[in-house]
Amino acid sequence: MLLIRCPWCGMDRPEIEFRHAGAAHITRPGPPDRVSDEEWAAFLYLRDNPKGRVAERWRHVHGCGRFFNAVRDTVTDVFVVTYKAGEPRPPETGPGESQPTEARP
Amino acid sequence: MKFSLFSLLHQGLTGNQGWQPQWRDPAPKPAYDVIIIGAGGHGLATAYYLAKEHGIRNVAVLEKGWLGGGNTGRNTTIIRSNYLWEESEALYEHSVKLWETLSHELNYNVMYSPRGVMMLAHSVHDVQVTKRHIHANRLAGIDNEWLTPEQAQEFCPILNISRDIRYPILGAALQRRGGVARHDAVAWGYARGADKLGVDIIQNCEVTAIRRDASGCVTGVETTRGPISARRIGVVAAGHTSVVMGMAGIRMPLESFPLQALVSEPVKPLMPCVVMSNTIHAYMSQSDKGELVIGAGTDQYTSYSQTGGLHISQHTLDAICELFPMTRRLRMLRNWGGIVDVTPDRSPIIGRTPVPGLFVNCGWGTGGFKATPGSGHVFAATIAREEPHPIAAPFTLERFTTGRLIDEAAAAAVAH
Ligand SMILES: Cc1cc2nc3c(=O)[nH]c(=O)nc-3n(C[C@H](O)[C@H](O)[C@H](O)COP(=O)(O)OP(=O)(O)OC[C@H]3O[C@@H](n4cnc5c(N)ncnc54)[C@H](O)[C@@H]3O)c2cc1C
Ligand SMILES: [Zn+2]
Repeated sequence: MLLIRCPWCGMDRPEIEFRHAGAAHITRPGPPDRVSDEEWAAFLYLRDNPKGRVAERWRHVHGCGRFFNAVRDTVTDVFVVTYKAGEPRPPETGPGESQPTEARP
Repeated sequence: MKFSLFSLLHQGLTGNQGWQPQWRDPAPKPAYDVIIIGAGGHGLATAYYLAKEHGIRNVAVLEKGWLGGGNTGRNTTIIRSNYLWEESEALYEHSVKLWETLSHELNYNVMYSPRGVMMLAHSVHDVQVTKRHIHANRLAGIDNEWLTPEQAQEFCPILNISRDIRYPILGAALQRRGGVARHDAVAWGYARGADKLGVDIIQNCEVTAIRRDASGCVTGVETTRGPISARRIGVVAAGHTSVVMGMAGIRMPLESFPLQALVSEPVKPLMPCVVMSNTIHAYMSQSDKGELVIGAGTDQYTSYSQTGGLHISQHTLDAICELFPMTRRLRMLRNWGGIVDVTPDRSPIIGRTPVPGLFVNCGWGTGGFKATPGSGHVFAATIAREEPHPIAAPFTLERFTTGRLIDEAAAAAVAH
């Protein structure tokens, strides 16, 4: 089980308090009548699904109930950082190689 | 060497010293007609049918680890064809038909055992959905029947049908032709068959790049064992498909999740069939060794860790103990995870890609073992003819743009 720091509560809490909510920073294209089928497909269905660092949304459903974002390494499952919804992805967490030396939580 | 009663007797009487390796361990050649990336069951079956049915024998299957070491060797081996939509019914039923004769076809015992797959209904909603499946299946000529709780218990006596449990059993669907097979034997049987027809299976050979010419067509791959050329490449990399397709600049409608299974200590035969519950995320059958083979759900987050959270297995064991009270004091021997590639509509993607010469077969997610023979069969035809096999035709990558989804997601959102 993952240990996740909710940036609103400021606490490390067990994963079962949280709900994963998919990839983060996906912008809905618009205006709708000028969006092509390809753009809708990319928005709805295409995902980077990286082996390495991913930016993703979480919700602290059994805590404060709020959404936030996280950068996590999908090989080690270690969280690099969590940050509040609406904030940009911290630049130093850009897509990078997995860091296998870090311990699993 | 052909396996037969005679060869078994002969080897038995001569101390079993004469068995030969089942496939070669060749070094990669500089070029092939077709390269298959991934030596799981689907990749090996593709190579086998390319050689057997289409006469394309100059084929390499490249595998980063050992053959069958991915999801093929990690799954709970449930085989059935009672899916909801006609496209899926055609695909999975094609596969079940091939399972029925596969041991003979390969001269290799894949231990296909059509012992019946029972899917439990625990709520009014479940009952309605299950009956809808049964009707749809019967219209398509696929066997599936409704059982009352008492009939379900008659078929599987260890089932707890008491009404006062957390998720009481309100009935079940039974596909009698469904069952299980021996996962390793499927990979080994196809590997042996393909190898004998001239296919090179190259293990410990990870594809690290896909090469293309100025017009965008594929020309080959870079691997940890050097560059290899081919004008046609089939990607059959399951959980790693997004990574491999990314090498050709293609983003996929896929996310990779850990999915777990576990086995108990071996016990005497106690259940005659497979029992699945989608609602409470538990699946169980008994292997010929006597171990209970138990499938759990996926983790909620994407990962390539090939392991899953312990609370996921525990949740499944809670359900198993309630459904099968006699298992409560059994010990679990081991658990493990595989990485499954999940599409938004929970149906696979089989066919061409925007890159000429590049084909993909993926998105089997939590339920592709059952499709191994059929998937390899239609994918081989698709690569050989460079146009989709009729059964594969609806399962294109374009469906996510056109909106023609094959939405099995509502049908079985977890493992199967
Ligand atoms: C725990 C669990 C339980 C399951 N239970 C069932 C079930 O009961 N019934 C069912 O029908 N399905 C089930 N499944 C799903 C099923 O296992 C898969 O859908 C199916 O086995 C996929 O087969 P494959 O050959 O495509 O993939 P794999 O066997 O995973 O093969 C893909 C191969 O590609 C290789 N590869 C990846 N990247 C590269 C690269 N860059 N270069 C070279 N090689 C590469 C991998 O090493 C791997 O060997 C289950 C899966 C899991 C994990
Ligand atoms: Zn919180």
